[in-house]
Amino acid sequence: MTSPGPGTVYTETVIYAAPEQFVADAPYQLAIISLDSGHRLTARLAGERVQIGDKVDFAEFRDGIPFFRKKA
Amino acid sequence: MRPVAVIGIGKTAFGAFPDRDLRSLAVEAGQKCMEDADVSPSKIEAFYLGNFAGPSFVGQNHLAPYIAGAMGITGVPATRFEAACASSGSAFFHAVSAVGAGLYDLVLVGGVEKMTSQTTPKVTEILAGAGDMLGEGRAGATFPALFAMIARRHMYQYGTTREMLAAVAVKNHANGAKNPQAHMRKVITMEQALAGKPIADPLTVYDCSLISDGAAAVLIAPLDRAAEFTKKAVKVLGIAQTSDHVALDEKDDITTFRAVKAAGEKAYKMAGVSPQDIQFAEVHDCFTIAEIIATEDLGFVEKGRGGPYALEGCTALRGPRPINTSGGLKSKGHPVGATGVAQICDVAMQLRGEAGERQLDRHSLGLAQNLGGSGATAVVTILGVQA
Repeated sequence: MTSPGPGTVYTETVIYAAPEQFVADAPYQLAIISLDSGHRLTARLAGERVQIGDKVDFAEFRDGIPFFRKKA
Repeated sequence: MRPVAVIGIGKTAFGAFPDRDLRSLAVEAGQKCMEDADVSPSKIEAFYLGNFAGPSFVGQNHLAPYIAGAMGITGVPATRFEAACASSGSAFFHAVSAVGAGLYDLVLVGGVEKMTSQTTPKVTEILAGAGDMLGEGRAGATFPALFAMIARRHMYQYGTTREMLAAVAVKNHANGAKNPQAHMRKVITMEQALAGKPIADPLTVYDCSLISDGAAAVLIAPLDRAAEFTKKAVKVLGIAQTSDHVALDEKDDITTFRAVKAAGEKAYKMAGVSPQDIQFAEVHDCFTIAEIIATEDLGFVEKGRGGPYALEGCTALRGPRPINTSGGLKSKGHPVGATGVAQICDVAMQLRGEAGERQLDRHSLGLAQNLGGSGATAVVTILGVQA
């Protein structure tokens, strides 16, 4: 899979009540990222919590799920 | 299209009923409805059923003839409609369209969901299937998470606050406490609502509708035949169903539901009324933010003002435009496939003057708004009686 590239947080949440297959991950942060390439993508966040407007970089795919990280 | 009327209504109580199965709930609602209009099952010309996920929740498919047969209705079209939380709103829209077009005279429309036999994580997983399972669902989105992200963006763009969200929950619980058929008949305070257990930031358990069992049914007929069955006919003055992308990340602006706006505009045009004419409404408060956005999308208040509108008491039972006098999905309960038809029943009860201690003084023109998923299906219905 190719990197979606960097983007900006359009909106976000921290999930406490997870669906069955993600119960072990909770709480985890989910965000919609406005990619610099123009599309939006729903993704997970690795590391530091982010807020609307924060710049993020693509980190990695884990089991096909895109993870982003706050830009240093 | 010839005018259509609701001539009978019937609902089960909403709640957690470990001893009741899906079919018995749907049959109870259907039978109450046929008794209300004094119509025998042999007169029913078609059965339209709204159900979101019976196969996943209870392992039963082929639900419409399964339920119709148990009510003594056979030999007619019996079909299930699935449109997430707008399943029975969609069934109602298509039933009204068929009667309006002259295909049938007497049509029974039901809605049912049996949710509480599954654990909450399993229910959460099944509900997530109303979203895009290749995108947001795979990434771990839940329905509360999608509406939490909508709430965050609404707060960011319009200054909506946690107190404004909580005001919706406090108001709907106050109404539901007065509704004998509601799931959670409990008054809550602003302090309680704000201190609820977090589900998906900024939403707490008090921002989320309930996981419920329940069913509802309505009987419809051409308006010119309504007097044969009832003195309390409720006219379907306007109705529309519209769609939008399923995935939240495919919508340009997530602080509005484009499908609701479009359905509302069509329904208002068909009814020949404006938003300001609507006296009261049942709107789809699957989450508190959804009620705030509904009041904006339906034109009751300008964009971004839905939060203050709720906080200032404008939507309270004795406010200028009461919203969700039934208690809404928040307190009445949300057996998802039953909700759309239950809203029609609740508006009809107000119009017929049968809402008990929740009865409004002005009750000749009401609206019901049913939402599927994070806005991919919307049904808006305008109902009225002679003032």
